Amino acid sequence: MGYIADREQFSDFIDKLKEAYEIWAPKKFKGGGRFSDTDAVRYAVIESPDEIELNEKSAYSWKEAVLPPSETLFYFAENHAGETEGPAKKKLVFLRSCDLAAVKRMDQIYMKNGDPDYYYERRRRDMAFALIGCSESCENGFCVSMQSNMADNYDFSVDLVDGHYRLDCKKDEWNEWLKTAGAVSADVAPQRVTENKVKVNIPEDLSYKVGMSSMWDQYDSRCINCGRCNFVCPTCTCFTMQDVYYDDNGKIGERRRVQASCMVDGYTDVAGGGSYRQKNGQRMRFKTLHKVLDFKERFGYQMCVGCGRCDDICPEYISFSNIINHLEDGMKEVRGND
Amino acid sequence: MDINTKQLKKNAFRVTKNRGITSSRVRVPGGFLKAEYLGKIQEIAEKYGNGHVNLTARQGFEIPGIPFEKIDEVNAALQEIIDGTDVNQTGKERGEGYPASGTRNVSACVGNRVCPYACYDTTAFAQRIEKVIFPNDLHFKVVLTGCPNDCQKVRMADIGIMGMTEPHLDPERCISCGACIKACRSKSVDALEKVRFRPQRDAYKCIGCGECVNACPNLAWTRSQKKYYRVTLLGRTGKKNPRMGVDFIKWADEDSIIQIIKNVYDYTAHYINPDSPGGKEHIGYIVDRTGTEEFLKWALKDVHLPEIAEVYTPLNWNGIEYAHNKYFGNQRYHADGTIVTDFSEK
Repeated sequence: MGYIADREQFSDFIDKLKEAYEIWAPKKFKGGGRFSDTDAVRYAVIESPDEIELNEKSAYSWKEAVLPPSETLFYFAENHAGETEGPAKKKLVFLRSCDLAAVKRMDQIYMKNGDPDYYYERRRRDMAFALIGCSESCENGFCVSMQSNMADNYDFSVDLVDGHYRLDCKKDEWNEWLKTAGAVSADVAPQRVTENKVKVNIPEDLSYKVGMSSMWDQYDSRCINCGRCNFVCPTCTCFTMQDVYYDDNGKIGERRRVQASCMVDGYTDVAGGGSYRQKNGQRMRFKTLHKVLDFKERFGYQMCVGCGRCDDICPEYISFSNIINHLEDGMKEVRGND
Repeated sequence: MDINTKQLKKNAFRVTKNRGITSSRVRVPGGFLKAEYLGKIQEIAEKYGNGHVNLTARQGFEIPGIPFEKIDEVNAALQEIIDGTDVNQTGKERGEGYPASGTRNVSACVGNRVCPYACYDTTAFAQRIEKVIFPNDLHFKVVLTGCPNDCQKVRMADIGIMGMTEPHLDPERCISCGACIKACRSKSVDALEKVRFRPQRDAYKCIGCGECVNACPNLAWTRSQKKYYRVTLLGRTGKKNPRMGVDFIKWADEDSIIQIIKNVYDYTAHYINPDSPGGKEHIGYIVDRTGTEEFLKWALKDVHLPEIAEVYTPLNWNGIEYAHNKYFGNQRYHADGTIVTDFSEK
């Protein structure tokens, strides 16, 4: 059902939702940016609709709602261990179409890739989604190429147009709440992007042979292996474990899992001092082929959703879409090797 | 030709080596100006000067080759630039040019309008200071730089202002990548140490440069909402005893700095040698005379520093003594190896 709500009415709706849900949304942190006098937009728990950033794209993705950068799993003391308490409330996440498409990828790894992950599942359980419409394409996004621009498995959508919230709600109970709040029925569909400035082409015959191409070499020096591209990515799922001991005898502590990055040093360290993919170009190759080849071979659809956050944040101006678009040439280069 | 050179200099014109020819000095507080004024400077240089412009050491412009008789016309033409750079003209009528030249242009590095390392808007702060201290005939150099890289070389100024940020760690966002620790070790003061997978900051060592914030891929480190500054004192160049400014206050705030600068003006006006050549005396020499204690008594009057601020003591300067260098290179030799005799020691 479609509705148009003013700020007051939307606020009433949010208040109602807050009774059952913890609401995660992009939020602008004034002065919270990396550089002096810059802001940051990233996910946080919000209390009022005014805190929801509906215009600017968030630099970091929705995944923090379900995969915190650092999460304590349990505490231990000698032979005893105690699990951390799971979330008290279910979550409602405001997100754009690319991120909504990413939910499926995240679920694929954590829920449908062997046994479901307990800690992921307890955050993901009963999660609801509010789609933020996109009135125009962002600068670096290529959601249309990745077919993530039309994700529609949302519970309600929201577009802030001329100070009014345009909502398309799919839940009967929430429709009632909107009516009670005084929202006016209307014909509403979320705004969609149907063309991006950036388009990508993934070669039909893309294979691991492209790893032998010289296309990766430039990243040995260009990339600084900071991992920003991974940490902002709505589909990167990697984590590492940390056992933290509080005391000198090492018997009391906690186990955390912490987001990890295939670009950062240490990712491929193995027992015995081995370390694979030492060059940044090799790491770029690994990341790229995981995003647009390996995942698809395993699960039948592309992992990358084309949100373009990796391009937005790269301090060295390395464009992931540009890398994808060079795979064709890379394949041409290595085909002769047969 | 009859020209009052004292008034000429005060009006920001120079007595040059070429008889009858002066040059006009244009102030640009904070070093930023609208590009349209470049056109105005060009116009003055081509119409009244010799068609050249010098970029001064303190971020102003010097328009050389102006005949003395054109001074009034140049002053009239400067009005637009004076207005556009928001320079106080107290003591002069409009069209009469600059009212003083003793207090030098307040210069600043490019600051956070452009530079990712800068911890504040250096130009805006420079302009605020300019409004407070100009016009004044006292020879003062106030210099601002965005971060402890000190690209603007504030330690060569009477009052040096270096931007700082107090970094804050949100441990829940830390993913233990180590980028901050590496950046601090290789580019700054090695104030971070990995303790239980996360960085621990040594506040005593930390110079507030913000390298950790810039390096962090996950915004675990962020900048303080408040802006802080390191204040350095009494650096100078010159023929007697050039020396670097020393640390005075770490984690000072903007209002305190304004008050300190006003105080140092009061002190200088009170203690300056009335016979100093051209009425100019570097403040450092005055402090050498009165002692640091007396100087500090004046400098810190009515200053309310934030709780975090740290005041350095004692303050000691050394630097270069051209005539009798006690510190470095106290023996000299000619190219053939013969030792240069210092007869003054005999």
